Amino acid sequence: MSLPAHMLQNDVLSLIRSKALWIRRRSFQMVYEAQQGHPGGDFSAADILATLYFGVLRYDPKRPNDPTRDRFVMSKGHCTGAFYSVLAAAGYFPEADLKSYMEPLSKLNGHPNRNYLPGIETNTGPLGHGLPVATGIAIAGQIDGNDSRTFVLTGDGELQEGSNWEAALTAGHRKLENLTLIIDRNRLQQGARTEDTASLDPLDDKWRAFGWHVEMVDGHDYAQLLGLLSASPKGRGKPLCVIANTFKGKGVSFMHDNVAWHHGVPNKEQFEQAMAELV
Amino acid sequence: MSAAAPAKSGFFDCRDSFAATIEALAEADPRIVTVVSDSVGSSKLNGFRTKFPDRMVNVGIAEQTLVAVGAGLANGGKVPFVSAASCFITGRALEQVKADIAYSNVNVKLIGQSSGVAYGELGPTHHSIEDLAWLRLFNNLTLIVPADPWQTEQAVRAAAAMDGPVFVRVSRMPVPALERSNPVFEIGKAEILAEGDDAAIIANGTMVHRAIAAAKALAGEGIGVRVINMATVNPLDEAAILAAADTGAIVTVEEHSVRGGLGGAVAEVVTAHEPVPMRIMGFPGFVPTGSAEWLMEHFGLTAAGIADAVRQTVARKR
Repeated sequence: MSLPAHMLQNDVLSLIRSKALWIRRRSFQMVYEAQQGHPGGDFSAADILATLYFGVLRYDPKRPNDPTRDRFVMSKGHCTGAFYSVLAAAGYFPEADLKSYMEPLSKLNGHPNRNYLPGIETNTGPLGHGLPVATGIAIAGQIDGNDSRTFVLTGDGELQEGSNWEAALTAGHRKLENLTLIIDRNRLQQGARTEDTASLDPLDDKWRAFGWHVEMVDGHDYAQLLGLLSASPKGRGKPLCVIANTFKGKGVSFMHDNVAWHHGVPNKEQFEQAMAELV
Repeated sequence: MSAAAPAKSGFFDCRDSFAATIEALAEADPRIVTVVSDSVGSSKLNGFRTKFPDRMVNVGIAEQTLVAVGAGLANGGKVPFVSAASCFITGRALEQVKADIAYSNVNVKLIGQSSGVAYGELGPTHHSIEDLAWLRLFNNLTLIVPADPWQTEQAVRAAAAMDGPVFVRVSRMPVPALERSNPVFEIGKAEILAEGDDAAIIANGTMVHRAIAAAKALAGEGIGVRVINMATVNPLDEAAILAAADTGAIVTVEEHSVRGGLGGAVAEVVTAHEPVPMRIMGFPGFVPTGSAEWLMEHFGLTAAGIADAVRQTVARKR
């Protein structure tokens, strides 16, 4: 006996919500203990990551190289607090490994390395690398005609790197409907607002002009994210760009939309306050 | 492209060997694909495109995406041969080669076409005499500089057969087919093409046949010169280099800058283990306008120039 669809959906949303909370708490603890990291971006991406890993992606953590898996490429490779947390939550490695974040000889380097840990498709860190590599993965799927999907998460400031737009042309030209780009549109880059640095708006028009189908969502709304990302891409005939409007530091009052938390690290009081809020 | 035209009969463009080999390999292995950046003709891949139109990915003039798409195709189970002018696939996409290919350690084969000063008169923007210095820094990236058509085929086959990132530096300069008593190619293994104990020339690519001619001339003077074809620059055949140091004089010759290429690699080994007088032959940096042949003459990269360098280095022997 199977449950009605809306009940299943509610169960999934409830699971995603609990995982997203866990990712925020666990990643912030990692950053606190390492006294390094990028917690603002961890928090803007946490809901997107939880939705992908607990509602969208097809994967088996015991078979991380299964050729039929869906791929996720973490282009904003500096947000390893959230990325390693979601990989541990998904079962790729024990949660206890998270304690070694950025310690000497740890597999949990500040930026992800596919040769250290399962579940990482490509080594990122320098910005503008994820989308071009994901485009190549999607082309392999297109050549083979399989139904594997490729998702890539970029920051928004990251889109100032020209390599993204090379790949945007190629993906649009090849009509890679198996490719989904999610932009973590928190409007803050390392030092200032994107629109005060090298403005990106109108961002949706840019992607449409490159041959992509564009959707705008609230990047903290699980139902919106789940509905959009889990829908079949068959017949769309274009790559999908999801502009997920988010807030850097989402979930903790003093970090919310605050550029200082791009790579700010908490002291004891801040850590305790954040943990009290993240419930 | 005056430099591209075969100068005389008996000389070959190694790109033809690359193209024939990749077509043959693709017949047998459906995983093999090619990736180009509007570089179909310059890579001599028109035949491949005709035979395997769905297995060629042309990303347009976009070298960063060219290299990154190669990494992605490898993730998707393909064996991609990514081919473009050596100056651009290295310099323009160097961070992609570093992060997406070498550091990620993926099964991608990069083909640097028309390397060295083959584009002669087009100038230093189109020369690729920095590529080995840049790429040698990536310790897990296998680097092969074949010297003739046979070795180009062997290099491409070996690259396809191994699991891991490889760069093959292909020339369009006309070179003769080298005479070999024992034609064996192994990655990381140097090839001895002439024996001698008074000095050693370590060369690769288009310089090997010139080194052999220099050694023949010196033999007439009673100077016995060993000629070592160091086709693999990484991993380096250190045993062959140390044996060369036993002659007491080493001259390296490459169609590359004198900074950081084959000569630098040999010097690193020699100075650490067995210092002997050395001479590093190549280009000093950005070169003036001239054809490829003229540039080689101008900078002494000829049989006569190499022979002179050997005499001078032998004179410095301790």
